[in-house]
Amino acid sequence: MTLPSMSSPSMISPAMILHAPRSEAEVVEIVRGALAGATPLALQGGGTRAGFGHAVAAEAGLSTSALSGILRYTPGEMVMTALAGTPLEEVEAALAGQGQRLAFEPADHRPAMGTQGVPTIGGVFAANVSGPRRIAGGAARDSLLGIRFVNGRGEALSAGGRVMKNVTGLDLVKLMAGSYGTLGLMTEVTFRVLPQPERVETLVFSGLEDQAAAELMAAAMALPADVSGAAHLPESVRGRFLAGALPEGAATLLRLEGHAASVAIRAETLTRALGARAPLQRLGPEQSESLWRAVRDIHPYAEDGTQRPLWRVSVAPMAGPGLVAALRMEAGVDAFYDWQGGLVWLRMEAEPEAALLRGLIAKAGGGHATLLRANPAARAAIPAFEPQPAPLAALAARVKASLDPHGLFNPGRMG
Amino acid sequence: MSNATSHAAEGPGCAPIAFLPPRPDVLARRDEIMAALTELVSAGGVVRAPLALKPFETDAFVAYRQPPLAVVLPQTTAEVSAVLAYCHSARVPVVARGAGTSLSGGAIPQADAVVLGLSRMNRILEIDLENRTARVEAGVTNLSISEKVAAQGFFYAPDPSSQLACTIGGNIAMNSGGAHCLKYGVTTNNLLGVTLVLIDGTVVTLGGKHLDAGGYDLLGLVCGAEGQLGVVTEAVVRLIARPEGARPVLFGFDSSEEAGACVADIIAAGIIPVAIEFMDRPAIAICEAFAKAGYPLDVAALLIVEVEGAEAEMAAMLAEIVTIARRHGVRTVRESQSATEAALIWKGRKSAFGATGRIADYICMDGTVPLSQLPYVLKRTGEICAGFGLEVANVFHAGDGNMHPLILFNANDPAEAAKAEAAGNEILKLCVEAGGCLTGEHGVGLEKRDLMRFQYSEAELAQQMAVRAAFDPLWLLNPSKVFPLEGRPA
Ligand SMILES: Cc1cc2nc3c(=O)[nH]c(=O)nc-3n(C[C@H](O)[C@H](O)[C@H](O)COP(=O)(O)OP(=O)(O)OC[C@H]3O[C@@H](n4cnc5c(N)ncnc54)[C@H](O)[C@@H]3O)c2cc1C
Ligand SMILES: Cc1cc2nc3c(=O)[nH]c(=O)nc-3n(C[C@H](O)[C@H](O)[C@H](O)COP(=O)(O)OP(=O)(O)OC[C@H]3O[C@@H](n4cnc5c(N)ncnc54)[C@H](O)[C@@H]3O)c2cc1C
Repeated sequence: MTLPSMSSPSMISPAMILHAPRSEAEVVEIVRGALAGATPLALQGGGTRAGFGHAVAAEAGLSTSALSGILRYTPGEMVMTALAGTPLEEVEAALAGQGQRLAFEPADHRPAMGTQGVPTIGGVFAANVSGPRRIAGGAARDSLLGIRFVNGRGEALSAGGRVMKNVTGLDLVKLMAGSYGTLGLMTEVTFRVLPQPERVETLVFSGLEDQAAAELMAAAMALPADVSGAAHLPESVRGRFLAGALPEGAATLLRLEGHAASVAIRAETLTRALGARAPLQRLGPEQSESLWRAVRDIHPYAEDGTQRPLWRVSVAPMAGPGLVAALRMEAGVDAFYDWQGGLVWLRMEAEPEAALLRGLIAKAGGGHATLLRANPAARAAIPAFEPQPAPLAALAARVKASLDPHGLFNPGRMG
Repeated sequence: MSNATSHAAEGPGCAPIAFLPPRPDVLARRDEIMAALTELVSAGGVVRAPLALKPFETDAFVAYRQPPLAVVLPQTTAEVSAVLAYCHSARVPVVARGAGTSLSGGAIPQADAVVLGLSRMNRILEIDLENRTARVEAGVTNLSISEKVAAQGFFYAPDPSSQLACTIGGNIAMNSGGAHCLKYGVTTNNLLGVTLVLIDGTVVTLGGKHLDAGGYDLLGLVCGAEGQLGVVTEAVVRLIARPEGARPVLFGFDSSEEAGACVADIIAAGIIPVAIEFMDRPAIAICEAFAKAGYPLDVAALLIVEVEGAEAEMAAMLAEIVTIARRHGVRTVRESQSATEAALIWKGRKSAFGATGRIADYICMDGTVPLSQLPYVLKRTGEICAGFGLEVANVFHAGDGNMHPLILFNANDPAEAAKAEAAGNEILKLCVEAGGCLTGEHGVGLEKRDLMRFQYSEAELAQQMAVRAAFDPLWLLNPSKVFPLEGRPA
């Protein structure tokens, strides 16, 4: 087979061939070639994932780097279609130009994971990366309306479409979102976007313990205030935000976005209901912007010059603080909370303590932990994703086989 | 049982829709199967009286009916598991059923199938306001969840017009939407977890109170799968704080095109109301005659735009919306002045299907189109129906492009019924060609099964069927639905 095109390997091991097809037809050709030769492929977008999980056991890479560009953007419909390898930055700039943005606020995780490269829109959907606005605007998967992808039989297929409502057949779009390139290569993604708000403000409550903070965030979410971000930064990390400008003590953050008049009214609603619980400060748009970007990008644990293990834990919102407290009894750990307490970023002082952590999560009512960063030995030894109960794992394996029957894509990635 | 060997459902005046041929060996074992099922569920769990069996022959796609082999009403997940394990080993097809309000024939059984009704699993198991979740059994009605938490200031957002009757299990199977999903999304965006029983009786839990479940998004796959992948017995859904106030406003226009263009401009301006509903002249007349909602009768198209929030918030948003509407030559603007008036405005809209049913037979299409295509598709819809000499009323969720042309016809006239079906098919083709899809919320079911090739290639259908087979390799779950009968894996 003649290779359509190649570029120099970046994140994948230097000896490896890296295909960079320029069209869907070329993707099909490469996949069929790999199928014929029974050579597994490591799929990548911008390759910013180097720090993560098990190495993919593949001899060749398949990159979307040459599948780049916005194909269709109709602001009036709030919908964009782009090739999967389009840099996230390019997508965000085009949206900003029309006063719009992605609803799900994807992180730039490079500083935290210690990686380089250019995050792509396809990679963001493949990893279902969602930031603080997840609690109000949904996850990446909720914004994804349609895809084109190539499955493990080398067939180019489409799923979903470019309309918000669609129940025609099985929702393969949701399945592909968050499947980390183990089911197929997305070549094109169509997603819903939202208008940028006129005003952003943040209410900062100071000095609350984790549990009291969780209660305050729950109380805020119970009010008709459309809170679009609820995070808690314990004293140990507070200084890493806004260059130390946040008030003394832990900071509990509530973000409001929308029409200026609405934001003012809703800030009043929150202040009236919750103002007695802790000293309260209001931050305007600029500070809010930089504060939430830092929350989104896991800033306290980024560029800390260490390979100390970093976990991303998803639990019921009220379970977050209890989980961290229980973990502290047995291991050195630092933590902060997003998603009303339901997303816990954990940095371990020494070992990842996977078994301990996962045991405690089960006791706390369930959820899951993903190991985002660790030294190579730990990464090799620990399943990066939460292991699933046997019947569910068997079902997932059958689903994988229905899309990629020969195990061509990213062998080992989700294992 | 009437005509048990027929392969087609009966429908007065409609071309029969084919079912998979019933398995003669299953039909022959009916008594044995009934006896076995009786052992597996608690008392009263197997329906026997002929009259009691009647309602299970059809759903809200009433033109078709088909008596099932048996009806079983389990009370627990364990009973559902036992019934499915038995049906699996005995190779008996199973059709899950909630309230039977499906508009696409999703809950209509087949002659050799056991209907597994969830109506006795209707408990709200847990309300957790701090985590903003409700855990409910699948047979709980949509509205009862919102009612349960109303006093605490919460609600469950997806609100299909059938919400008084339809079940959360049915909503999950159909990924149902509602008038307010423009802001809050449809079922899949408000669903956090399910307990799913696979055809062999295996019970799996997908998701829970946490936001992102690990592994593949099987929850997203099960939602909207029309009961083809497993039976949902419990669900964890998101509760949302109820806004302080909500106000629907009526906007009357001289043409559907102007109203359609106004919708696109509202969205483009960055305003996202909770709902934008559209009615054309025939729909306005029908709904007004039924509900006396005070709709203006001298306009060609009506928009119901609802905003919500605090008083000043609503006023600010409405002012902007009114400005945009004026640019599109809006003729009447009427704000509801009281809660009663607001309720009346919604009553008119939500009773649209029922009110239409009182004056004529109708078939309801459910295609979705990109917003920019709305005016064009509306115009073509009118032309297509006129071409067949039929009347059409349009009433739909305009903010998300989900159209519901109601094609009026007389079911006692076979020729007219055939025309209505042909017109419907052309409209759906039009929706797909305009960049949309066959069904936005009612599902494929029986109704649109044979139109799937309008939208999907053979390879795409084969891929979906392969995923389906990963859950149900023997094709025992609701097997006559969704995928065209020909071209299925052997
Ligand atoms: C396991 C894992 C967990 C992560 N969790 C988080 C998180 O919680 N928060 C966060 O902010 N960031 C997280 N990230 C980072 C996230 O992957 C990146 O933000 C995003 O993927 C950037 O895109 P990329 O182009 O660099 O993707 P890459 O790093 O190149 O790829 C990411 C994953 O997606 C696959 N992939 C890439 N493109 C495609 C495509 N077109 N079709 C199919 N599969 C594709 C790859 O095979 C790989 O498994 C995580 C990454 C991984 C691998
Ligand atoms: C007047 C009227 C108005 C309507 N308005 C709307 C609307 O605004 N928006 C909208 O989206 N729909 C609407 N519908 C359609 C219908 O109400 C929805 O599809 C609803 O979700 C069906 O719920 P049900 O409990 O009646 O399910 P059923 O009709 O009993 O079943 C529907 C499908 O779900 C499957 N199913 C049911 N329960 C389960 C379960 N527990 N596990 C697995 N599969 C299951 C069945 O096998 C079948 O395929 C309307 C219907 C009517 C009659």
